[in-house]
Formats: sequence, structure tokens, C-alpha cells
Amino acid sequence: MKKEQQLDLYYQMVLIRRLEERGAELYQAGKIGGFMHLYIGQEAVSTGLIAAREPRDRVITAYRDHGVALNCGISANEVMAELLGKATGMSKGKGGSMHMADTSKNMWGGHAIVGGHLPIASGFAIGDQYAGNDNITICMFGDGATNIGYFHEALNLSKTWGLRVLWVCENNQYGMGTAVNRASAVDEIRRKAEGYGMKNSEVDGMDVMKVYDAAKEALNFVRNESQPYLLEIDTYRFRGHSMGDPERYRKAEEVKKWQENDPIGIFNKQLLEKKVATAKVLDEIEARAEAEVVKAVEFAEASPEPAMAELFTDIYAD
Amino acid sequence: MAKITMREAISQALMEEMDRDPAVFIMGEEVGVWGGTYAVTKGFYDKYGAARVKDTPIAENAIIGGAIGAAMVGQRPIAELMTINFGFSAMDYIINQAPKLHYMFGGQFTLPLVIRAVGGGGRQLGATHSQTPDAIFAHFPGLKVVSPGTPEDAKGLLKSAIRSNDPILFIEHATMYQVRGEVPDGEYTIPIGKSKVQRAGKDVTIVTYCKGLELSMKAADELAKQGIEVEVVDLRTLRPLDMEPVIESFKKTNRAVVVEEGWKSYGVGSEIASRIYEEAFDYVDAPIIRVAQKEVPLPYNRTLEQAALPQVADITAAVKEVLK
Repeated sequence: MKKEQQLDLYYQMVLIRRLEERGAELYQAGKIGGFMHLYIGQEAVSTGLIAAREPRDRVITAYRDHGVALNCGISANEVMAELLGKATGMSKGKGGSMHMADTSKNMWGGHAIVGGHLPIASGFAIGDQYAGNDNITICMFGDGATNIGYFHEALNLSKTWGLRVLWVCENNQYGMGTAVNRASAVDEIRRKAEGYGMKNSEVDGMDVMKVYDAAKEALNFVRNESQPYLLEIDTYRFRGHSMGDPERYRKAEEVKKWQENDPIGIFNKQLLEKKVATAKVLDEIEARAEAEVVKAVEFAEASPEPAMAELFTDIYAD
Repeated sequence: MAKITMREAISQALMEEMDRDPAVFIMGEEVGVWGGTYAVTKGFYDKYGAARVKDTPIAENAIIGGAIGAAMVGQRPIAELMTINFGFSAMDYIINQAPKLHYMFGGQFTLPLVIRAVGGGGRQLGATHSQTPDAIFAHFPGLKVVSPGTPEDAKGLLKSAIRSNDPILFIEHATMYQVRGEVPDGEYTIPIGKSKVQRAGKDVTIVTYCKGLELSMKAADELAKQGIEVEVVDLRTLRPLDMEPVIESFKKTNRAVVVEEGWKSYGVGSEIASRIYEEAFDYVDAPIIRVAQKEVPLPYNRTLEQAALPQVADITAAVKEVLK
């Protein structure tokens, strides 16, 4: 990968981290409502994955979607505005944290019913297959979504019909507060794909370059073979499931151990060791990300509330 | 004007729209090689091929969720639920996804989607296969719910539904596929969200739709012989609900009976009666009566089943009651 792109990935990961840290503060200050699920700790997953896609490939994910939105090219301004429920958010303040999308960036949401977006992802691929193009739908979901019926109906259909879907399981070890081995008959999630005769693999999700390489290979397979593929990416969320998580289900030592594998720290070290950048350059990138977040908060705070008439718009398209 | 069956009307609508727009395709259980469980898509597989008439696994979430996704990326899928009762397996998609996706993302997604579903009792299929749960679906803003009672309306409304950019649940009745009626020659559509006076009268307003229309028209014939002229207003679309012809008729007759096949509690009749009381209270000369299904799971035994379903005699009795 070219030096510029590697540095851009570093920027994206820091941007996600800084934006969410600021988001957490705004949530605690009561400026962001509802549920908010932070991606902190998992940044390498969507950053590496989405860097590997072609712009024509569609991305759909679950409710832990701020990072995915930024990686797809949605601006920090719009993400922050949507979090604050402002008219300048990409969903006009009607979707909030869990429902971020911008079809012009091929980011198709942000879906908050666990597993519910998997059959919809199959549907995107049905539409593309019907249209005769070779677009891929990249569908991201958590380990918890692989125990519900939707997952199995969607995977079965995708293999039976030869749909171009890259199924990406972000295994962050817990479905809310329930550890994978307490909820799933197999704790190696990728093995579930084998029941459908579907090719699969697993990769370390704390290393962005490993994720990128694995995603490239998987996407090539899906595009060339007209077959789905399941990629399991092992990762860990450093914060609670959502902002209101008492975290009784895991020990501080466990969190600390994973935090020593911080994906941003790992990538920082790699970039220095491979002499892709100096510490000064990386510091500058971090400062740029920080400034972008400051600007985004200012933009969102200054943005107008949705007009009252918005209450009754977009119920129907006709 | 040709006289055709409800089955032929629906089949013609599907075929005409598939011929007109290559983005239209059908997916569902046994819609292809089998020709449709109710034979509505007989011959389609041979004419249009497997890509446009897709046989799916028996997996309602994959069918409706898949159709939603295909619609979001620009196709115009028609998903078929073999029976509306199987729709309960895909309830998340029908009531929690399809009606919300346009609104919740600020209008970014459009869902030109039709879900055809066969509902209704009277075929001795037992309690889980015989329901008329239309009111449940009509509860949700963002979904449109259409349920025609004549071949003319079925054809014209289905064509409009396929051309619409909104998710539409199109409910057909399992016992009405052989009902015959005249349809206009050539191309026509009927707008969604418009109620229609199917029979003019001056004494009592009957408000109904789908199977209730068939029963109400028979009741109207009998009552006419006894000198009672009822006006029958057919809702045709349950959401968005067009109350204008209902209120207009009621202001003339001052008396109403609402006929539906679903259960009475929390049903279509409750909604219509409330709306009449709210919008035309000064015109009320008698309490509005709801004719509906008895509050029991529908039994298999034919006699018991028919006793639970609304009958013509129930309607004529209700009309006489509001005239007292």
C-alpha cells in the first residue's frame, strides 16, 4: 500500500477515536440522546475493510456505525450533526447514532435490530445480480447477530443464489454482556459458514493492515467467483456495549490486556518501524484529526434543529 | 368490458407490469415452477424465466428482507407471502423495517416494494392458517395496506401498487379467487388510498372491504327486496384511509354498519366507527354496529368455522337494528 494511503488510514482511525471520545462527553452532557455504541478499540476493522472496497461496493452495518460512516467518507460534521439530532445530519436528525447512512457514499446504514440487516444485505446483492453488475455488498455485524434466525436465512440464500456478499463478523467477544461461548454453540464464528458450504477465514482485527489484506483477498473471491464469503475479524471494544453499560460481565484486567493491543498504537508503531512516517508526521496527523473533530462539534452545535414540518415529511415517497 | 375472475385480474396486473417494466420481478415460495400456490403466477416461469420469477427457500425473513434490499437498490420486487399468516414470521420486515426506512434515514432510501399476501378464513385450514389480521398491519404509518373486493379494483390497484415508490401490503382473500366481475378493456389503474361507493342507497351506510364487500353486496340485494336501500362504501385501502366517501354517505343516511372479517376488538370497524363519531357526530341517529369475526381462534370444523365468521344474515340483522 502506498505511503499516502497508509497515512490516510492512520488519520481515519484517529478521527474515529477522537470523534467518539468527544461524542461520549457530549452524551454525558445530555446533548446526545438515545443509545450510543462506541467503536473505540475496533477502529482497525472497518478502516482496513472499507479501504479494500471499490467505491461501487455497498456497505451496510449494525448500530455501532460512527466509524463505518467516517470510513465510507461521510464527513465528521455530518456524523456529529446527526448525533446531536440536527437538520444538517445525513438523516436530517431523524435517525440518530444508530442510523447513519449516505447512499452517495455507498453507506447503507446503520441498522439497529440485531441481525435484521442481514437479509436486507442479501437483497442488495439480489438487486445487483438482477441488474447484472458485479458490485459487492459488504455486510458487517457482531458475533451476537450470528445466533438469530436472520443470519441463517441470509447466509443460506446468499450461497444458494450465488450472491456477491462479503459477510463480515466483527467478533468483539461479547453480545452486549454475554460472552460468545455463553451464547453461541461454536465460538469460532466462521465455522457457521461451513454449514452453508461457504468459504471463510479469520483475521486479527487489531492490525489494520492484516484486515486490509484479508478483506482484499475475500473481496476478490466474491467478485470473481460470484459467491458469498464470511470473514471473521477478532476485535475488542474498549468501552461498554453502549453508554449505559455497568460492565459487570468482564474484568478490568481483561480490558487492560486488550488495551495493550490498541489498534492505533499498533499501527503507529508499524508506521515508525517501517519508516513510513516520522513521529512528527504522525503527531501532525493526530492534531489534524483533533482539529476536524473540534470543527465538527462547532458545526453541529451551530446547526439548526429540524423544522417542525419535518415531523410529517418522508413518511411516504409518493 | 370483459368478465374475469379475481385470479385472472391479479395475474393480468402482474403480467402487464412485468411486460411494461423490466425492473419488476417476483419472488416467493412456489411462485415459479409450481405456478403459485393459488395458481396466480401459472405460466409466468415459462414466460419470464427463473431470474424474474424467483422460487425462494421457505424463509420469510429472507423473502421479505431480500425484497426490501432489492427495492432499496432500485429494483421493483413483488414478494409473495403464501399466506398472510406466514407474514408473522417476517413481522420485523413488514412492520418494523419497510415502513421506517424511508423516514428514519431522512428520505434517502425508497422502497418500491409490493408484498402480496393471501389472507382470510373459510377454507377449514385451522386457527394458524385462517386469519384476517389486516388491522394489525394498517396500524403502522409508513406502510400502505390495500385489500380489494372486486376483480376491477384488484387489477387496477395492484398495477398502481407496483408503480408506487412505497412499500405496499396487498391483501387478497383465499376464498375470492373465483369471484367474477367486469374489468375495463385495455390499460387502466386505480389510485391507492381512495374509498369507493360500490352500491348507492339512502337508508343505511355499510362500510366494508375485501370479503366483507362480497357479503355486504349480497345483504344489500336481500334488503332491497324488503324495501331497504343500503349504500355500500368499499374502503379498498386501509392505510392511508380515505374517510371522505364514508362521511359523505353517513351524512345522508345517518346510520352505519361496519363489516369486516377480522376480529371485532381493536379492528377496522372500531377505527371507522370512531372516525364517524369524531367527524360526523351531529349526524348520528343510531349507534354504529360492527359486524366481525367472533373472538375465537378459527376452528377447523366447517360448521363451527362458519359460525365464527361474519355471514350475510349478520349484516342484514345489523342493518335492521340500526334502523330501529
